[in-house]
Amino acid sequence: MSAVTGPISYHGPTPQPQRASSDNYLNHTRGVMSWAFTLDHKRIGLMYMIGILASFLLAGLFAIMVRTMLWHPLTAEAGASQGALNSAHDLYNHMFTLHGAVMVFMFIIPSVPAILGNFILPMQLGAKDVAFPRLNLLSFYCWVVGGVFFVYLLLSGVLHAMGFNVPGGYGLDTGWTFYTPYSDAKAQGSVVAATIGVFILGFSSILTGLNFIASIHMLRPRGMGWFKMPLFLWALYSTSLIQILATPVLAITVMLLCAERAIGIGIFDPARGGDPVLFQHFFWFYSHPAVYIMVLPSMGIISELIVAFSRKHIFGYSFIAMSSLAIALLSFFVWGHHMFISGQSAVTDAIFSLITFAVAIPSAVKVFNWLATLFRADIRLKVPMMYALGFIMLFTIGGLTGLFLGTLAVDVPLTNTYFIVAHFHYVMMGSTLFAFIGGMYYWWPKMFGKMYNETFAHVAFWFVFVGFNLTFFPQFIAGTKGMPRRYASYPVLSSDGRPTHFVTYHRLSTTGAYTMGTGLFLVLGTWIQSLRRGKQAPPNPWGANTLEWRCPSPPPHDNFTETPVADDPYDLSGWKYVSEEVGWVYDREQAAADVAAHVAH
Amino acid sequence: MSSTEQTLAADSHAGHNGHHDPHLAHHFDTPEQQYTSGKLGMWMFLGTEVLMFGGLFCAYAVYRHNHPEVFEYAHQYLDRKLGAINTLVLITSSLTMAWGVRAAQMGKRGLLVALLLLTILGGAGFMFIKTIEYSTKWREHIFIGSGNVFYESNPETKPQSVNGLEEEALHINEAKPETVATVKVEPDVVDPNAGTPDAALIKPPNITPAGLSEKVKAGVTERMSYNSLVKQDQTRVYTFFAIYFFMTGLHGVHVLVGMGLITWILVRAARNEFGPTYFTPVDLVGLYWHLVDLIWIFLFPLLYLIH
Repeated sequence: MSAVTGPISYHGPTPQPQRASSDNYLNHTRGVMSWAFTLDHKRIGLMYMIGILASFLLAGLFAIMVRTMLWHPLTAEAGASQGALNSAHDLYNHMFTLHGAVMVFMFIIPSVPAILGNFILPMQLGAKDVAFPRLNLLSFYCWVVGGVFFVYLLLSGVLHAMGFNVPGGYGLDTGWTFYTPYSDAKAQGSVVAATIGVFILGFSSILTGLNFIASIHMLRPRGMGWFKMPLFLWALYSTSLIQILATPVLAITVMLLCAERAIGIGIFDPARGGDPVLFQHFFWFYSHPAVYIMVLPSMGIISELIVAFSRKHIFGYSFIAMSSLAIALLSFFVWGHHMFISGQSAVTDAIFSLITFAVAIPSAVKVFNWLATLFRADIRLKVPMMYALGFIMLFTIGGLTGLFLGTLAVDVPLTNTYFIVAHFHYVMMGSTLFAFIGGMYYWWPKMFGKMYNETFAHVAFWFVFVGFNLTFFPQFIAGTKGMPRRYASYPVLSSDGRPTHFVTYHRLSTTGAYTMGTGLFLVLGTWIQSLRRGKQAPPNPWGANTLEWRCPSPPPHDNFTETPVADDPYDLSGWKYVSEEVGWVYDREQAAADVAAHVAH
Repeated sequence: MSSTEQTLAADSHAGHNGHHDPHLAHHFDTPEQQYTSGKLGMWMFLGTEVLMFGGLFCAYAVYRHNHPEVFEYAHQYLDRKLGAINTLVLITSSLTMAWGVRAAQMGKRGLLVALLLLTILGGAGFMFIKTIEYSTKWREHIFIGSGNVFYESNPETKPQSVNGLEEEALHINEAKPETVATVKVEPDVVDPNAGTPDAALIKPPNITPAGLSEKVKAGVTERMSYNSLVKQDQTRVYTFFAIYFFMTGLHGVHVLVGMGLITWILVRAARNEFGPTYFTPVDLVGLYWHLVDLIWIFLFPLLYLIH
């Protein structure tokens, strides 16, 4: 049998996994042009993957720079000259800004939707492609062009360091949040280039969201009602709603900032009657929903992983589905919790604090439903599951600390300290990144037709997990002790002469960063090794019931020759494990017998 | 897999060749599904445009709320007549566009081409009037940028060039005194009906704006001048112009994009590509054009008709 295209009967001839040389989306057409002008969502997802992972590497290197610079206190009392301190501080500003900006705009916001969403969403819908394939390609090119502007930022910084005079500023030193009045008046950085880049990247995000909403509305197969969809699709749908509603506000905000910087409009400039806090309102109106763009798709991945690796139906499907929508809705009303100390009124503070508490509830609903799914389940500790379990632990910490920060009295001393840095890294990295990597491992066999080495990947996981906690947990403590964020230097002795211990926390954190960096390189190593020497992957290595597992690995160009029939995506009863080579096969007769036996009880 | 399923799988491609609709993309099952998807996608895109301009309207609202006198003064430099003509032109072009969609649905190629042409002409007319407005302001140094005479005006001294400029600029868009909504103070108002039996019954013309009470008249009899602004506000006049050019400029870019899209549709219509079974592109471009028109309908009163 050369092609396995649908549900396989156990009682037929033993099914063979797909041969690597048979026709699939990777070899369907050849040549650079066939990739550059492809309309195939799988190829677009792959191109995104290469670019986005490269951005992650770049931004990670900036993070390593930041953490390395914080190893030493960098103060005059430590012996540094003023000139050296000034240039070190300037460099530090550029490093943390570029780390944040590249991570947020080029890695984390596109990551799950653009890579895994693009690849998997049409397949989970049993469809041949997304609703608007050409818009999909356009969104990829928007990402690339936006990226070019960010590359310009880096190059301008390098050129400046080499002694050339770069007009319009070099690098970026405003913080990823571009707060006025620094960003429109005095910033060294090339704010104009950065804002144009962000504007274009925003359109990549908007077009992806638009595509996903239309696909989910229009391309569901017969039998897949809204409440029969996989939860990953609910998560992507909610994310896409936020993308299309919030990102245009970012677009206009950066346009206004760009114009303010270039021609001095005056809308954020107090000297001209403007209000710098207005920028913060505009900026956070997008950027708070943006953090839910980051985390919601990851939560969708976790739902898929938990089910596949506990061999159990998801607990509370409707609650998880509706909680995704609730998070998307409430996320628009909490932006002021980034601005508790900006001088807004106490009533405003209180309202935002209250709604922030409310938005935590749907997230907690998800966590409890996942835990209930795990309860008394047959748990398989494969590497994707390790990342999923890590997610639950780290998201709990990150989410709860978010509640601490949403409490007014607690936020005032903790804001702009390392507590905030630790909080958002626990949710962005401990949660989103962990789920992203877990999803990559989970869908890797489907995407490339190759398995990865479990042992190697386990080792990499522990480096990442231990390294992550070592990096960021001390930062919670440093924050409560008063270590401010975005500071290149810190005191060794406090004003009353006692040691501050900041240096200890920072060195623990830097050690953790290097450990985690090693772990992430090991993860990359597992992927490269898989591509070069991985075992052939069966169509369904994990025994999941969502539709993407009903086609060969890697999928053919059109995904399915006939639209698969959709049933309950979390009903795993029909699948039986055969062997490592063959994976799980769907046993119709056995499934019917199971149903009959169940009914007879 | 049973042999039947295998055969079905192999034959399914052959089955698809039954309906060779050249416009049906391979990932859609029916033309209706494709059409509805396209409409959904376009409406969502329009939603994003509304949110983007919404941010600008929000910026306008905040700034105007904080500095109403600046807006009262500076908007006098805008020509309401031209703005009103632009509004009519754009609304008419929306009409021709909508009619064009209907013509496409009915397969009337000639009518469709003519209507699309008229729509483009409407857009071009809008941009032409906009060019007049912009170039006038460029010449009179009230354009966006550092050439604007109010740019970074020193709160201590009034910019020299405003003195003579102001009078000229304030009159440049004026047609006749009678058409101006606010009235210049005339200390000795001559009532032509004074002393006649009709004096009590007939109000003299052009002494009060129509429909306003005497009390309001007392408030609106003097056109705002630069000197009537407080010193702090004098430094803020430039911002009004920046907001004006930003909002109308962004809108103008959208009009140009719309004209480009309609031209593309016009070319396809001339090639007879549209008919009752396929008119989606006309429909979607029409939706975009209506949004562009709608945004102008909000822009015009907010910028031009400030009282």
